[in-house]
Parts: sequence; structure tokens; C-alpha cells
Amino acid sequence: MVALSQERVVSRMTSSVRRSTQPNFDRLFRWASLGSALLVLLVLAGIIGAMIYGGWPAFREFGFGFITSSVWNVNEDQYGAWVAIVGTLSTALIALVIGVPLSLGIAIFLTQFCPPWLKRPVATVIELLAAVPSIIYGMWGLFVFAPLFAQYIQVPVSSVVEGMPIVGTILYARTPSGVGVLTAGIILSFMIIPFIASITRDILDQIPSVLRESAYGIGCTTWEVVRNVLLPQAGVSIIGAIMLGLGRALGETMAVTFVIGNANRLSGSIFDPGSTIASRIANEFNEAIGLQLNALMALGCILFLVTFVVLVLARLLISRVKTA
Amino acid sequence: MSSIAVSASSAIGKTAAADTGVPVRIAVRNLNFYYGDFRSLKDISLDFYDRQVTALIGPSGCGKSTLLRTFNRIYSLYPEQRADGQILLDGQNVLSPSIDVNELRARVGMVFQKPTPFPMSIYDNISFGIRLYEKLPKSELDGRVEEALRKAALWDEVKDKLRQSGMGLSGGQQQRLCIARTIAQRPEVILLDEPTSALDPISTGKIEELIEQLRSEFTIVIVTHNMQQAARISQFTAFMYLGELVEFGPTTKMFMNPSKKQTQDYITGRFG
Amino acid sequence: MDTALHKTMAEAPAPWGRVRRSRYIADQALKVICTLFTLIGAAVLGWILLMLLVEGIGGLSADVFTQTTPGPGSTGGGIANALVGSLILTFLGIVVATPIGVLAGTYLAEYGKSSKLAEVIRFVNDILLAAPSILIGLFVYMLMVQPMGGYSGWAGGVALAIIAVPVIVRTTEDMLRLVPGSLREAGAALGAPMSTVIIKISWKAARAGMVTGVLLATARIAGETAPLLFTALNNNFWFNANLMGGVANLPVMIYQFALSPYENWRELAWAGALIITLSILALSVVARLLLRKDKVR
Repeated sequence: MVALSQERVVSRMTSSVRRSTQPNFDRLFRWASLGSALLVLLVLAGIIGAMIYGGWPAFREFGFGFITSSVWNVNEDQYGAWVAIVGTLSTALIALVIGVPLSLGIAIFLTQFCPPWLKRPVATVIELLAAVPSIIYGMWGLFVFAPLFAQYIQVPVSSVVEGMPIVGTILYARTPSGVGVLTAGIILSFMIIPFIASITRDILDQIPSVLRESAYGIGCTTWEVVRNVLLPQAGVSIIGAIMLGLGRALGETMAVTFVIGNANRLSGSIFDPGSTIASRIANEFNEAIGLQLNALMALGCILFLVTFVVLVLARLLISRVKTA
Repeated sequence: MSSIAVSASSAIGKTAAADTGVPVRIAVRNLNFYYGDFRSLKDISLDFYDRQVTALIGPSGCGKSTLLRTFNRIYSLYPEQRADGQILLDGQNVLSPSIDVNELRARVGMVFQKPTPFPMSIYDNISFGIRLYEKLPKSELDGRVEEALRKAALWDEVKDKLRQSGMGLSGGQQQRLCIARTIAQRPEVILLDEPTSALDPISTGKIEELIEQLRSEFTIVIVTHNMQQAARISQFTAFMYLGELVEFGPTTKMFMNPSKKQTQDYITGRFG
Repeated sequence: MDTALHKTMAEAPAPWGRVRRSRYIADQALKVICTLFTLIGAAVLGWILLMLLVEGIGGLSADVFTQTTPGPGSTGGGIANALVGSLILTFLGIVVATPIGVLAGTYLAEYGKSSKLAEVIRFVNDILLAAPSILIGLFVYMLMVQPMGGYSGWAGGVALAIIAVPVIVRTTEDMLRLVPGSLREAGAALGAPMSTVIIKISWKAARAGMVTGVLLATARIAGETAPLLFTALNNNFWFNANLMGGVANLPVMIYQFALSPYENWRELAWAGALIITLSILALSVVARLLLRKDKVR
């Protein structure tokens, strides 16, 4: 890490020390550092303030009913967040159901099975999943994934479950176009993989190797070591990693906007189009005026609140084990 | 392989019987060990006697821990490490690819430098290893857990909190829990890798007492940095230096009257 | 020989072969599943890249880099204005974010350390690192677009800067913490003021890691769409010299064109998608390599 040898740095410094002996600069530098750090706090405060200020008229107009109402009618200026809240939570939940096993599997592969020479390339590929812009996931989801999903999943599944109780509702596509809540959830699951997988890998790597050895030492197979010793030992910090992925899934905008279908109606089927808080804001904000603008801000306020709680929990859970 | 193994082991058995009257449990023959390209054990041949404590001593990096780690093939977790030669446990070469390593590790238990309780209750820490290899009814399992904890001199301290986490115990208790976990599987051999180096003197004393008692049932190999400890608890001592076995013999002889100068220098503290 | 073998074997208290088959089946299953999941993850990346190449490479021509985006229904055109606009917005974001991020990271690593205030800032920074970028767009809309009376490149740049700052803060702090304390002490022992020690020693030693942080932040904001929707917007023209009014940029252009009914718009969207993704992935890989090279040294 440190490129310069100590002596070289020190010898180079002796000349410059005398030049920059202005105590003023030292003080200025210190204040600039502190000020920049405080700016980070200010940004968070600003986001909170802006959301509350912008959303306040909508909260005042509709009261608590803003959250529970599923009406979103621009013509009558009636706004309720329920459909978007349900859409946000259900896509995020689907993303976790699919994304968590995939991420844990990848983390276990990287730490337990991967030959050493392959570790870096595989880890890089997984991390690059996070570098692909969200809008590209959206295009892939809409133009490549959705048609295949409609043809090979939605149509056959719908014809099988049609008329059945419960699954006949949840897994029935009225118009099998490939876009919808489930598609959005699946795309999200791929997008959260790099976050959950790389943190879980770091956590597993941090477990002292002597614990792993002693588990193998009583004759455990790798599966038994992972299930009974490594995962319980990593414990809550893996939940923290999952929460971080959840935070990402809740607030993800562009990819979801492409593939969720942007319907304002509540449907019992996860094959049907829906909308999330973020997708609704992205879709309507630029044309919104008056109360609609405030209602969208209020939606943003709710999204902020939910992700904030999730991210705070994530951070607390992850750091607790690191320091222990 | 088996014919070589048997002839080797019976031959050793005879010499051992002639020398000491004790049968050989583990016979190491021409063992070499490599970390990548680095050869860290050089042609080691050595016998470990049944139900005796053998101490491996020598300066850091001499290969004593490496030797210990070959007996249960724990080194094979790391792809760049490999061993060749023979380690005959009851006549079977444990380095042979046909040996099931998981089962080998249940038969050759190991206790590490630092206490490593598993993230589960005290009871489960013990029963986990048993349940891997034996399907027992609950009552019998309870009995085995108690037996192991009693043998490890831990029962009285934990009998009222078997459901609590093993991580809540003190360092010395944790190490005895790890010993209990190992003996609960009823292994033939117990490997101890500097088991007291992370413990205070009182806990160390308890563990040493325990090793003394376990000798009646198990063949024990202990790596230790502490010469007094080796002298106190072992019947045989092997002195290693730079990956080679310098001298092996009964502990009393090794400490009173070593035949090699190097051994004497090390034991008297002149180097290492 | 055989009888001898039997004799030795009989002495063993427990016979070999006690391991239940089901344990090995579970173990093999884990290995297969984990490998499969990793392949799925890699396949998604591969599939996306393949899609971009197949759909985007046909649209790449000289016009793409020289012409402005075409109006609705008109033929031809390129994405030159969006490309340049994106470069300017990203540059603006990084220019604003780098000094703030580096100084804030320096505060955490060198001054604040484990003080209460530093802990709070670290915590908040981690939250911002993962906060939904669309909310940052809304914030900057309220902060700049509304008061200034319209969309502007400045608002877009600030929104991107707010996203970049936490990345730079985090990497700067992490990298500075890797600098051994003995180096700093050697400097301080010469009577150098703290600022000199930080600038001449800590920053110099952590330089490569800090550059990596800036590159990663660049990669992060270059593809951001949601925050630009409400700040810089997009249009089909070259932007005004004072960056007021909408500024064409790749992500929003791709968003609008990809979902449009016009064939040539969609083609341009694919070309833009290919260009932006390859640039960002290349930037990310370079950033990683830079850090690794430095670690080895």
C-alpha cells in the first residue's frame, strides 16, 4: 500500500516543512475538513427537510388516508399511496426471496469452493453487476427478459393455475406481456446480488480460520461447516447485508420503471403490472403540478422513511459484529 | 499399500515392544511436507505410542505444528499444502486418497491454540460432533454429553447452563469445552496444538491435569512451546529443528540426558 | 499378510465407513448449487453485455458522435449532444464532489477518528451511500430547480455530486487508515504541522487508493438516470453555454428514446447504452486494477 519509504518521505519533507510554516493554513485546512464532513450531515438533513416541506400539503390535505387510500386520480386531484407502497414492498420482497439465496450461494462459492486463482476474476464479475447502470437493467428486463418470461413462464403457468384457489389469483396473468410485479422483483434480485454477496463474502472471510479448522477438525463436511458454524457465527451481520440489499431494492427506480408496467390499480396477481413509489415519481414528476407534485413529494417522504429505517438497521447489524 | 503398511507397522510394533513394551499407534514414515514449493518437513520418521502423551518441541517454525496437522489432514483445506510419505494409524496410511478425511478427523480429534467454541449452546457444542457420526436416542446422547463434560472436568461448572451459548464461558472453560467436544466423539488419537498458549496459569494447570487423566484412554500428541509443560505431562518427547526430527525418546531421558548437542542447547534455553 | 491386516484392523475400536451417505449428498448438493448460483450471476452480466453488443453495435456510426439527437419523427441524427452533456455533468459532479469528499474523509481518518461527531458522520455517510438516488433528485429539485425557476445543468451536476461524495468519503477514509501511524509520527517529529503531515505524507501514501475512490465515484454517477430526470432533464439540442435550461445527457436520452415509438430513436438508445455501459465497466475495472497494483507494490 505505502509506496514511499519512510526515509524518502521524511527527507523530502524537511525542505517543505520550513516553507509551509504558516499556522493559518493549518487552521484553515482543519476547518475545511470539518466543514466538508459537516456538509455530509447537512445533505441528509436537507433531504429530510425537502421531503417533508414538499410533501406537507399532500399530508395535510389527505391526512393518514394518504397512506391507506389506493386511489390515484390526477383528474380529480385525489391521491393515495397504498398501491405504490404495496408495489414497493412486494417487488422488494420478491427481490429478497430470489436474490438472498443467490447471493449467499455466490459468497459461499467464493469463500469455500473457488480455487484461489479464480477468486479475483469471479469476485470482479459479481461486483461489476453493481456497476451496470440501472437503466441498462431496465432495457434488458423490458426487451430481452420480459418477452421470454411471458412466453415460457407466464403463459404456461397461467394456463395451469387458472381456476385454482389462491395460486389461480396470485400467478394468473390476464394479459401475459411479461412486464409486472414479479418481473420487476426478478430484475431487482439480480441488481442486489453484488451488494449482499460481496458483504457476506467479507464477513465470511473475517471469521478466524481456526474456527473453520476446528469445525472440519471434528469431521464436518463443508456443508455442515457452513450451515452449523460459519453462517451462525456470521449471524446478524448477514442479516445486515440483506437489509442493505433490501434498501437498494426499495429505492431502485429506472429498472423498475421499465418493467413493472406502471399500473395505478391494485391486483392480486404478481404477474400483473403495478407500480412502486420510485417508479411513480419517475413517471409523473416532470408533468406534475400543484397537489400532484406535493403528493409525489409525499411519496418520496414515505420512501425515505422506509429506506432510512432499513439502512440504519443494516448499518447497525453489520458494524456490531465487525467490532466484536 | 496395505501390505507395506502392515509390515511397516508390525516391524515398528516389535521394536517398540522391545524398547518400551508399549504398542505403536501412529507410525510416521518418510514424511515430507510442502507449502507450495517450500519443503517444511524433511523425511520425518517417528512412532507414537498407544495411550501415551508425546510432546513435540522445538523453536517456532521448526515444523512441529505442521507435523501435527498432517495426522488429521487438516492441511488439505489449503490447496497449496501437500504431504507425501506415510502416516500409519493402526496400520492404515491416512495420507492415502482412499481414506475418508471426515471420518479420519472424527477418529483423530484436534484441539487448537485458541479456544474455538461453535456458535451454539454448550450442549450442542458437544452433541453436534456425536450426531455427525452416530444416531443416538436422546437419553443416550444426554449421557454421552455428560460423560464428555465430566471427563473434561467441566461438568460441575456448566451442568446448570447447558442451553446457554458456549461463547459465554471463560477462556479456560472454553478450551475444556473444546476438549470435551473432541473426546465426546470417542477418537483414538487427540492432537493438541499449543492448547494452553492463550490461557492463564490456573487454566493451564487444569488443562494439564486433564491431559494426565485422558492418557488412560487416548493416544495424545501435544505441540508445546513450553519446555516445563512438555516435561510435566509427556512420556515421550520429539525435538524438531528446521523441519527435521533431531531426537526422539522418553521424556525423562530427553530432558536429563539428551544424546544430541542441539537438543541439550534448546532444552537449556541456549537458543530458540 | 492378509491375516496380519485383519489383526491390525481388529484392534481399531471403531470400523471405518461410519459416514452416512446423506451427508455427502448434502455436501455435494451445496457445492453444485453454489457453483450454479455463481454461474447465474456471471451469466446475467454476460447476457446484458451480449444484448448491448448485438443491439448497439449496428447503430454505431460516425453520425452518432457528430450529430445531435433528432426530433420526433425525423430521420438520422446522433447523440453527440447527449455524450458531451453527460461528460460535462459527470465532470461537474466530480469536480464538486472530490474536494468535499476528500476533505471529509480526511477529517474522519485524521482528525475525528473515533470521536462522537466522527462516528455520526460516518454513520450518515454510509446511509447516504445506499440512499435511493431518486430522492437526491427530488432534493435538488427543491433546492435548485424550483428556486432558480427551471432545469439546469448546474442542478444536474449538484445532484450527481451529492451521490459521488459518500463514495469518495468512504474510500478516502479507508485508504488513509491503511497508512501506518509511524509515517505520520516521523513527520510530526520534525515539527511539521498536522496539515503538512496529512498532505505531504498521508495523502501521498494513500494516493492510488484515493484516485480509485474518485474513479469509482465517476463510474457510479456516469450512469445515474433518476436524479437527472428532475434536474438536468434532457432535450434534443446543444445546451446553452451557461448550462441553464435542460442539458442533454445519455442516461435520460436512453430512457426517453428506448421507450419511444420511433425506430431511429430506439437505435440511438441502444448505441448510447452500449457506449455508456462499456465506458463505466472499463472505468470500474481500471479503478480496481489501479488499487491492486498499488497493493502489490
